[in-house]
Amino acid sequence: MSRLALISRGVIKENPVFVLLLGMCPTLGTTTSAINGMGMGIATTFVLIMSNMAISSISGLIPNKVRIPSYIVVIAAFVTILQLLMQAYTPGLYETLGLFIPLIVVNCIVLGRAEAFASKSGVMDSAADGVGIGIGFTLSLTVLGAVRELLGSASIFGVKLINSDGMLVFILAPGAFIALGYLLVIFNKFKSRIS
Amino acid sequence: MAKVSSLKNMVATLSVITLVSSALLGGVYALTKGPIEVAMTAKTNSAIASVSPEFDNDPSSQIISVDYMGKSYKAYPAKMGDKIVGYAIESYASGFGGRISIMVGFGIEGVIKSISVLSHTETPGLGDKIETSKSNFSVQFQGKNPNEFKMVVKKDGGDVDAITASTITSRAYCDAVTTAWEVFKLCVEQTEKQGGE
Repeated sequence: MSRLALISRGVIKENPVFVLLLGMCPTLGTTTSAINGMGMGIATTFVLIMSNMAISSISGLIPNKVRIPSYIVVIAAFVTILQLLMQAYTPGLYETLGLFIPLIVVNCIVLGRAEAFASKSGVMDSAADGVGIGIGFTLSLTVLGAVRELLGSASIFGVKLINSDGMLVFILAPGAFIALGYLLVIFNKFKSRIS
Repeated sequence: MAKVSSLKNMVATLSVITLVSSALLGGVYALTKGPIEVAMTAKTNSAIASVSPEFDNDPSSQIISVDYMGKSYKAYPAKMGDKIVGYAIESYASGFGGRISIMVGFGIEGVIKSISVLSHTETPGLGDKIETSKSNFSVQFQGKNPNEFKMVVKKDGGDVDAITASTITSRAYCDAVTTAWEVFKLCVEQTEKQGGE
């Protein structure tokens, strides 16, 4: 499969949120606004690309029985590096996302891609897969965040549209499930039409 | 692909991976330690500047530690010349989702100048309205003297308009402001004692 196809596969055919339904914890937790969802997506993309590349280059050396702990250590190291860098150079963004950054370690997408793809593929292919899944994750989280922000606080990307508080439930956890459910339906309808 | 596992190579692999990871983390930590400290101080300084009366000293280098109810709080004196014109008090309380840290600025006469939230983990869209940028909740404290302004939400018989659907957060916020007020009184007492000696 060409690298471009690898990237587009992560966005549509194997979209991590709407098709694979992986990594639901950060998906539902961080998407209270479009900008939060986007920030989480970008942070996850960074970790995905780095861990995919690292794991694909060392997977040949790792004994089968200890592969999962090894992958987790690699992923956790990248997440901590990201956390330190954000804290040092983008304190503003760290303030909004700081809480959720450690959650990337337990995001099943990252480990899932390491296990299902990076450990069996070349370094560049794994990087392309990381980019694709990362973009898919970022787009999905941004859309979900935008929908919840629109309904829940009547604003989009922090810009107030009408002077109202919106429907509170969409900011809270139940609203996350409701919005995700409807988006799932729409996405899969759209996906089945193009394929 | 993957190698056959034996005790020896499993132990060796895991040791090498953890060693390399910790070395990498140590390096990044050393690199970012300075900038993180700078960012933290800048944040504290800007919070002090935004809440306390005008000053010409460096409050963050003259921290006073005050013990109140068994906990330690930080007070930053704002001075104009040699005279203390007010205090910025760092205070905290347990909110709905964890600790709420605030910086409360008092004029020396005991009037709340302004309040700024340092950190919190309240529900976005609900409890996060304690941030000045998100709603006018904190504005109602400005210019109030806690001797006359009962810092308890209206539901509990006080004077504070709580944030809709975030009573627990509002209560915690009031608690934190009350604590800051008590710490402020202790600060004033302390300096008066020193002045009398």
